[in-house]
This record gives sequence, C-alpha cells and structure tokens, in this order.
Amino acid sequence: MVTCKDFLREISEFLDDRADPQLQSELKAHITQCPNCWVILDTTLKTIQVYKGMEPQELPEGVHGQLMKALEKRCAAKTKKAQPPPTAQK
Amino acid sequence: MDPIAASAGRQDENILIEKAKKGDFEAYGQLVERYERKIYRLARNITQSNEDAEDVLQDAFLKAYEHLDGFQGQARFYTWLVRIAVNESLMKLRKRKSDRSVSLDENIETDEEPIAREIAVWDNPEKQYSRAEMKQVLDEAITSLKPIFRVVFILRDVEELSTEETAETLGLSIAAVKSRLLRARLQLREKLTRTFKRKGDQILGYV
Repeated sequence: MVTCKDFLREISEFLDDRADPQLQSELKAHITQCPNCWVILDTTLKTIQVYKGMEPQELPEGVHGQLMKALEKRCAAKTKKAQPPPTAQK
Repeated sequence: MDPIAASAGRQDENILIEKAKKGDFEAYGQLVERYERKIYRLARNITQSNEDAEDVLQDAFLKAYEHLDGFQGQARFYTWLVRIAVNESLMKLRKRKSDRSVSLDENIETDEEPIAREIAVWDNPEKQYSRAEMKQVLDEAITSLKPIFRVVFILRDVEELSTEETAETLGLSIAAVKSRLLRARLQLREKLTRTFKRKGDQILGYV
C-alpha cells in the first residue's frame, strides 16, 4: 500500500506520468483517499503552471540594439574571413 | 500551439537558419528577435542578475552565430540555443567566487526524505495579484533555491526540456535530474503556498 511518504517521494514522476503503470495507479488510488496528498499534488501542479505561464521578460532598453550591433560586427568579420585573399597583381 | 502551426513554424525556422548559414544577417536577426526575450528570461532566472543576463544574451547569440554551421537540425534550434545560454549562465555563476553554492556537481543526492509542511489550497493567484506582484513573488521564491535545484527546475518546467535533454545539457545523470527536480518543485510549492494560501484554509500540515 502506498503511504503519504511514498506519494511525496514519487510525486514528480507521477506528475510527469513516468512512474511505472502499477505504481502510477496505486498513487492515483492514494490521492482519492488522502486529502492532504491531493492538496499537495494540486498545489505542486499549480506551482509548475504559474512558472510555465511566466511571460518572457521585456529586454531592458538598448539591449536589443547593442546585441544587433555586436552581431553585425561579428557577421562582417566572418564574411571578410570567408573571402579568399586578393591575388597579387603582376 | 497546434501541430500544423508548430510544423509550419519549424519549416519557416529552418529556412531562416539555412539563410543565416549562408551569411544572411537579416535572417539571423529574425531568429534573434524570435528568441531573445526567452533567452534573457532564462539567463536572468539562472544568474539572478540583470547585468549578467545581458552579457549572457549577447555571448549566447554571438556563439550560436559562430557555430551555426555545426547546427545539424536534429534538435530544435531553440533547445540548441538554450544549451549555449545555460553554459554561459553557469560560467557567470562560477565566476562569482564568493558564491560557494554554485557547483552543479555538488553531491546532494541524500537519503533525506522530501517533506511538505504547508498543506493548504490556493487558486488563481493571478486574479489577486498584479502582474508585477506575481513576478516579484515568483522571482523571490526561485531565487531562494540553491542554483543546483534552480537550474534543473528552469530547464524542465519553464523551458520544457525533457529529462534527458536537461541531463545532457547539465552533464548530470537522469537520476540526479529527477531528484533535483522533485526537491525544487516541492520547495517552490512550499514557498508559494505560504504566500498564496487562503487565510484559515490550512488543513493539517506536515506529511
């Protein structure tokens, strides 16, 4: 029988659906009988969801411009390097 | 995103990558615009510093550009970019000599049982807190984690890398990733529950 301690140890695998099928169904049965573990499962899931839903941050002002400038410089250097050296004129 | 849109997006991305490989700067610029905010968020989450995150952003996109020819397209471009940005972020962390808690190799796989102290329900904190307040709560909670837990949580649950991709990116075993993820998730749950729980809703506590 799955205990609360077992459930807590396996909660991550349970959420990711990666516990073996037998254990997965035992864990599922446990939360139907244990309100504490149900709450822990629910709030762990919500914790993951709020972080997943975090908006990507706006870049601080000027950072995009600096990045593009640095890239342009590197791009020019790369193109120059890729060109064959000029042949000496006789 | 629905599968058709995802597939179209990926095709479009492959065209941009091929163009960029041939030296089309504008095409690379489009890739930068597509991912710079996510890479900045990732770097900021790991380093916990705006300044370091700006450096990481620049270094990661420069490095990716330099090594674009080596990108074979088996992995998603974003996952490849994330790996570069994570390595750059970890280098920043390691450079902070005063911070002794940044070693990812630290052996934390103890036999200590995971515990849950705060057992209370909460719903839709987005409705009670402004966007700025939410951001502050989430930032504070994630900052309080040790880097070894924080990085694994960010890669698995925010960037949605698989366990295997996370293990490969960080040079950890699958077991170490799972163990750290479990602890990170439970520690964050504990902290958020403390903030978001409705007053008087505590059930029993301590499992």
